[in-house]
Amino acid sequence: MTPLLQVENIAKMYGARIGCANVSFDLYPGEVMGIVGESGSGKSTLLNCLAGHLQPDAGAVCFDTRTEGLRNTVTMSEPERRMLSRTDWAFVHQHARDGLRMNVSAGGNVGERLMAVNARHYGDIRAKAIDWLGRVEISADRIDDRPTVFSGGMQQRLQIARNLVTGPRLVFMDEPTGGLDVSVQARLLDLLRGLVREMGLSAIIVTHDLAVVRLLADRLMVMKDGHVIESGLTDQVLDDPQHAYTQLLVSSVLQV
Amino acid sequence: MITVENVSKSFTLHNQGAAEIPVMHDASLSVAPGECVALVGASGAGKSTLMRMIYGNYLTQSGKIMVGDLDIVSAAPRELIHLRRTTLGYVSQFLRVVPRVSTLDVVAEPLMVTGSNRDLAMERAKALLLRLNIPQRLWRLSPTTFSGGEQQRVNIARGFAYPYPALLLDEPTASLDPTNRATVLEMIAEAKARGAAIIGIFHDHAARDKICDREFDVTAFTPDKLS
Repeated sequence: MTPLLQVENIAKMYGARIGCANVSFDLYPGEVMGIVGESGSGKSTLLNCLAGHLQPDAGAVCFDTRTEGLRNTVTMSEPERRMLSRTDWAFVHQHARDGLRMNVSAGGNVGERLMAVNARHYGDIRAKAIDWLGRVEISADRIDDRPTVFSGGMQQRLQIARNLVTGPRLVFMDEPTGGLDVSVQARLLDLLRGLVREMGLSAIIVTHDLAVVRLLADRLMVMKDGHVIESGLTDQVLDDPQHAYTQLLVSSVLQV
Repeated sequence: MITVENVSKSFTLHNQGAAEIPVMHDASLSVAPGECVALVGASGAGKSTLMRMIYGNYLTQSGKIMVGDLDIVSAAPRELIHLRRTTLGYVSQFLRVVPRVSTLDVVAEPLMVTGSNRDLAMERAKALLLRLNIPQRLWRLSPTTFSGGEQQRVNIARGFAYPYPALLLDEPTASLDPTNRATVLEMIAEAKARGAAIIGIFHDHAARDKICDREFDVTAFTPDKLS
């Protein structure tokens, strides 16, 4: 099987400081990978390099495109990369307002991504928007409301609908459940797991919440000071951590 | 089906003075299809550790663990994920699920991830829950709020939903009443009959004697006992 994403020696410096360095991994179709580490460990920098939001200083991010097979997205032209991020890629931001257009209706937010891939029939677009609002449990009568009048959890679900409506194959998520209360988090986790399974999505999820990765991710990478210090199956890394820092991280989680 | 060859394991606790704790030394074991082997030994002897090593939940420092054609010790994560979906099942003592997901979905999940049709998966889940006496009014609820015994039975239903050729059972009959205990033993016997290789930990001696073909005493490979 060909990997969907092949990452080789990605590095990003901020002046003399390391953002992230020497990161390599393969991600296969249908796999969900978690990236954990404390604030400043480089996990968001890495995610942004992978998703094309930041230009890495070294390394390659090769994506298995539908038409041309593996392509290095770092050296691809900007329009090509933009096309990817509108079609086969999706990015779910921690703060829904970074991923939504706050002054456009919920239906418009979902429909906009469809129009970006050349959907033109208004009725189809609206029907698809209603379908997706339903899937993320937002009732159809809220379709004309703006996200500004939605709760935090609803905004996050709308952002997910907006991102997944075009049927992407790879989803990048930056703390998708951060800042939400626990019951809303559980609902979102359930939703994400169902979507990953039904759509055969691959995903890379950055979080500092170990409970979230245990439930969502098949594989796990632990980052510290810009480097990946440990990786493996999620339950193996959490139950039998090898590195001193991972042991500290796992043993520091408060039990409820 | 399951072959363990000369495996050793120790834990290094980096944050507690780098204490090194050897837990398993040079263990070997082989389980054929249709055979059920009980791991025995005192608490702390390493029964669960060995089982977790076979499942790939704990890393193995040296030796070889074959499940089917795959060496767990050197397998890539992606190979292990596939193995766990299609070949190697594990019924742990604890139920770990996403809150809010219904009991039916929890039980049907192993079938759904292997590409079963949703209706068939649901039928199978219902049959298992019925057999294990989980009241029908609970099926739509999340098992996170169930009693210990109910959670245990949901876990067993989930573990037996897909016909894994190899199965690991960690105290499957603990905290069950006699009726349900008999049902679970029956289910294990059926799995054996269809050719599953089974490794189990049973503190319930009567159950062990009834269902297991032989015992494997891990005490012989506990490093403390060697020195």
